Amino acid sequence: MSADSPGTISRDEVAHLARLARLAVTDRELDLFAGQLDVILGAVARVGEVVADDIPPTSHAVPLVNVFRPDERRPGLTQEQALACAPAAEDGRFRVPQILGEEA
Amino acid sequence: MELTRLSAAALAEKIHSREVSAVEAAQAHLDRIAAVDGTVHAFLHVAGEAALESASLVDAALDAGTPPASPLAGVPLALKDVFTTSDMPTTCGSKILEGWRPPYDATVTARLRAAGITILGKTNMDEFAMGSSTEYSAYGPTRNPWDTTRIPGGSGGGSAAALAAFEAPLAIGTDTGGSIRQPAAMTGTVGVKPTYGGVSRYGLVACASSLDQGGPCARTVLDAALLHEIIGGYDPLDSTSIDAPVPSVVEAVRAGASGDLSGVRVGVVRELGGEGYQPGVERAYRAAVERLEKLGAEVVEVSCPHFEYGLAAYYLILPSEVSSNLARFDAMRYGLRVEGGASAEEVMALTREAGFGPEVKRRIILGTYALSSGYYDAYYGQAQKVRTLIARDFAAAFEQADVLVSPTAPTTAFPMGDKVDDPLAMYLNDLATIPTNLAGIAAMSVPCGLAEEDGLPAGLQIMAPALGEAQMYRVGAAYEAARDADDDTPLIQRVPSLEVSR
Amino acid sequence: MTAPTLVDFAEVVERFDPVLGLEVHVELSTNSKMFCGCPTEFGAEPNTQVCPICLGLPGSLPVVNRVAVESAMRIGLALNCTIAPWGRFARKNYFYPDMPKNFQTSQYDEPIAVNGWLDVPLDSPDEITGATTVRVEIERAHMEEDTGKSLHVGGATGRIHGAEYSLLDYNRAGVPLIEIVTKMIPGTRERAPEVARAYVTALRDLLRALGVSDVRMDQGSLRCDVNLSLSPRGSGVLGTRSETKNVNSLRSVERAVRYEMSRQAGVLLAGEKVVQETRHFEEATSTTRAGRRKETAEDYRYFPEPDLVPIAPSAEWVEELRATLPELPWARRARIKAEWDLSDAELRDLVNAGALDLIADTVAAGASPAEARSWWVSYLTQEANVRGVELVGLPITPEQVARVAALVASGQLTNKLARQVVDGVLAGEGAPDEVVERRGLKVVSDDGALVAAVDEALAAQPDIAEKIRGGKVAAAGAIVGAVMKATKGQADAKRVRELVIERCS
Repeated sequence: MSADSPGTISRDEVAHLARLARLAVTDRELDLFAGQLDVILGAVARVGEVVADDIPPTSHAVPLVNVFRPDERRPGLTQEQALACAPAAEDGRFRVPQILGEEA
Repeated sequence: MELTRLSAAALAEKIHSREVSAVEAAQAHLDRIAAVDGTVHAFLHVAGEAALESASLVDAALDAGTPPASPLAGVPLALKDVFTTSDMPTTCGSKILEGWRPPYDATVTARLRAAGITILGKTNMDEFAMGSSTEYSAYGPTRNPWDTTRIPGGSGGGSAAALAAFEAPLAIGTDTGGSIRQPAAMTGTVGVKPTYGGVSRYGLVACASSLDQGGPCARTVLDAALLHEIIGGYDPLDSTSIDAPVPSVVEAVRAGASGDLSGVRVGVVRELGGEGYQPGVERAYRAAVERLEKLGAEVVEVSCPHFEYGLAAYYLILPSEVSSNLARFDAMRYGLRVEGGASAEEVMALTREAGFGPEVKRRIILGTYALSSGYYDAYYGQAQKVRTLIARDFAAAFEQADVLVSPTAPTTAFPMGDKVDDPLAMYLNDLATIPTNLAGIAAMSVPCGLAEEDGLPAGLQIMAPALGEAQMYRVGAAYEAARDADDDTPLIQRVPSLEVSR
Repeated sequence: MTAPTLVDFAEVVERFDPVLGLEVHVELSTNSKMFCGCPTEFGAEPNTQVCPICLGLPGSLPVVNRVAVESAMRIGLALNCTIAPWGRFARKNYFYPDMPKNFQTSQYDEPIAVNGWLDVPLDSPDEITGATTVRVEIERAHMEEDTGKSLHVGGATGRIHGAEYSLLDYNRAGVPLIEIVTKMIPGTRERAPEVARAYVTALRDLLRALGVSDVRMDQGSLRCDVNLSLSPRGSGVLGTRSETKNVNSLRSVERAVRYEMSRQAGVLLAGEKVVQETRHFEEATSTTRAGRRKETAEDYRYFPEPDLVPIAPSAEWVEELRATLPELPWARRARIKAEWDLSDAELRDLVNAGALDLIADTVAAGASPAEARSWWVSYLTQEANVRGVELVGLPITPEQVARVAALVASGQLTNKLARQVVDGVLAGEGAPDEVVERRGLKVVSDDGALVAAVDEALAAQPDIAEKIRGGKVAAAGAIVGAVMKATKGQADAKRVRELVIERCS
């Protein structure tokens, strides 16, 4: 978190977040976004003004629980359908460029 | 009367009595689209032959004596391009899905088809439903038929504009923070956000999963109700869908049209309206409330003190969910792929950079931040607590009133370009509509006149408790009938003529 | 990069206390996937068991598989866990091509089962305490979905490093996974490798008994990650731990622990710090290799899954499931030890031979313990060795062995004939009764036929017959032998003897 007042965000931080989110933003975008996000963050940080220690968070507007489906099969897609929109495919599989990440 | 000027109910009657064929109805609307959509740009894809073909199937069935598949069988409709259609592209207004042909139909799409409705095409929208003006569409903006230098609202500007331009009598939109209601207000049409869980989200490309809801759009309250009963209802493919019968909204509309609202308590929300709202909008709204009172409703004032935090909570929750929902667009399995990267990671980053517009990127970055370890409690966690408080405000208000009302949006349609570079100014459009999405309750916008300053439409927002749509539609129908009774011409017929392309 | 210094194992345990942690992922053998109706079969053609949901197509939504939840609860109950009365799924967000949504729907701080334990049988009693089991505490068990599979093409070894590109198959994406995490396991000393292996073995047996998974490490339906740290002996200070993945067999679990202990000791004794990292087990060399170094620890930005609603198992449902738990392996062993009056050593031998469950099932099918043991431990073990398979791999079931034992007990088969019947079953000729029929192996018990055979044999050896008549009963043996030969061993020898004596009196 930047050393500035809460609710502000630095250009470096925006660059870091963009990397995390796999967005190859340009320098110009970084400049623009950093300023805009700083303003937005200042506005949304207002939620901190509300005293809410004892308040439970809402993750679902309508209180449903225990929604299940039976363990039954349902027709899916053919290999052809699955690969129909693939940018690249080979041998019935999706072909993707070299993965740098850790071996699974 | 021109077929394109009819309400869906009236058109359905003519089709079912065989005075007019479904093909004729479809053709008339396709012709209208060809004539004006060059200017309006409501549609991203027009189904053309496919629409005529499905209409002809409806005709064949009716001619054979089969009862209509639904009260709206044969009526044409415009579908927001955020619902998957297996026979049409689904772009969500984004370059990253340009030309994408889904291998499956959304549940809403399937229900429309089963009802015999003719899908004319897919309508324009702010990219991935993020925006309030449709200016963030990667395919160019949609223009407001009332004044083509102005925005039609967003994110569902295409669906609303199609209605106001008489390109379709029915449309489907989605509402996450006001994306059905606000365009409805700005185009003088009717738009409904059902109770969260009331309409299936299977096949609705997700923006903010806990806020998104598909809903009916039309030029009259009855048309919206008829459409609501077709698309609503439990779907086992959507875990958040409510397993309960669709509220009897058509019946409620017919009851409401009698114009008697005695016994109905209408709550005016103190925090929605007043300062920050365009005077003409405020005046039109007040006049509408007066009219409700004349119809016998008891008007009370209610206070929802946490509504002022709604915008802040919303613009934390939505980006957080968006940052996760849009992660799947990575060039590996479908959609745009920008080559030139040495690795999968690079290709992902280059593709998303090229494929997403600035508003989407802003929200992804903001959401990534709000969910980060160390910030989660202060931002996303805290926003979810504010959400609880807003829901409680509503619950308390609904103890005092059967429905709540407010202006739908703070202003009428603004000129194109006015707010597109000022995100926060753009967000303020949703002030009045956001609280209902956060609480998951039902709300609709009904046109309530033209603002004096600019002669542009304003909307009355009517809100009801979860699964309380019947009450809401009743009030809306009563108001609409009374409003039309006082006017020479129904409001929607007063939209200026559009320049017709030859 | 220099090869790591490996410290001799004895020295490692002299100077350090190993602390173990084991994370096991179990693929459930449900009919359909965790959140959609696609099949979960192993080995299908790529991308033929997929749908919009498990491909994470825009607009798709998950719906929870009820049986997967029940399996998770049963696993938790069998591990003596508390089942959470309320909990949610959460999204674990990170980008990787084998995850269609670039987040995994999992559980974060609200797992379905917590705070359990498993008493793990040891190969031999603890030297100091004499204990024959060690109690491993379970931190949690939770539900999540599996990822797709990637094939790395173009590199030398099919590994990710140096690969030109990768091919993705999403058949496995969305298959239900249960992740079981132990608490830290201290105090195992030099037995750490053995305890790790024994835990995974015991867990595997438990899961098999529950019928929730195929638990085939070779097919990936049971996967183990090994965490290990070293604490300087007696210091009470915990060390930095490493996590080793790609441990694909029980033997590898043991070897991974052993190697990591030696390697980390080497690092520490050189005065350096152990790096907290993920390592990969190399099957061929029984060593571990460092994975790609990451700048910072991954932040998964967990938040509750908005497309799913909470799971709130009622007390009734939990008890219903508890009632479905089978007799768990150690309870069964304790009962069998008592019932058959076995010593610890005898019991352990049977377990190690992989015979205990087979024998118990044979007894359950009607044989006496002695009969069952006799068959499995001698004749069938010989057969298994000859064929080079494990006992459980023989093509004969406990029920069939019990049938053979019953046929012997009722006198319809002699032991010798019974072995021929068993041969026939193993050869695939059918069930025991079918083999008897086909090969005509039934004991001849028809007295008429036997008398005829006896008379024939007596006639052929008149001097022996004379001896028998003279009171030399022992001489009857030769006649019995001749009759057995004549009837191809299908006569009941005891009856034949009786008849011989009768006919000579």
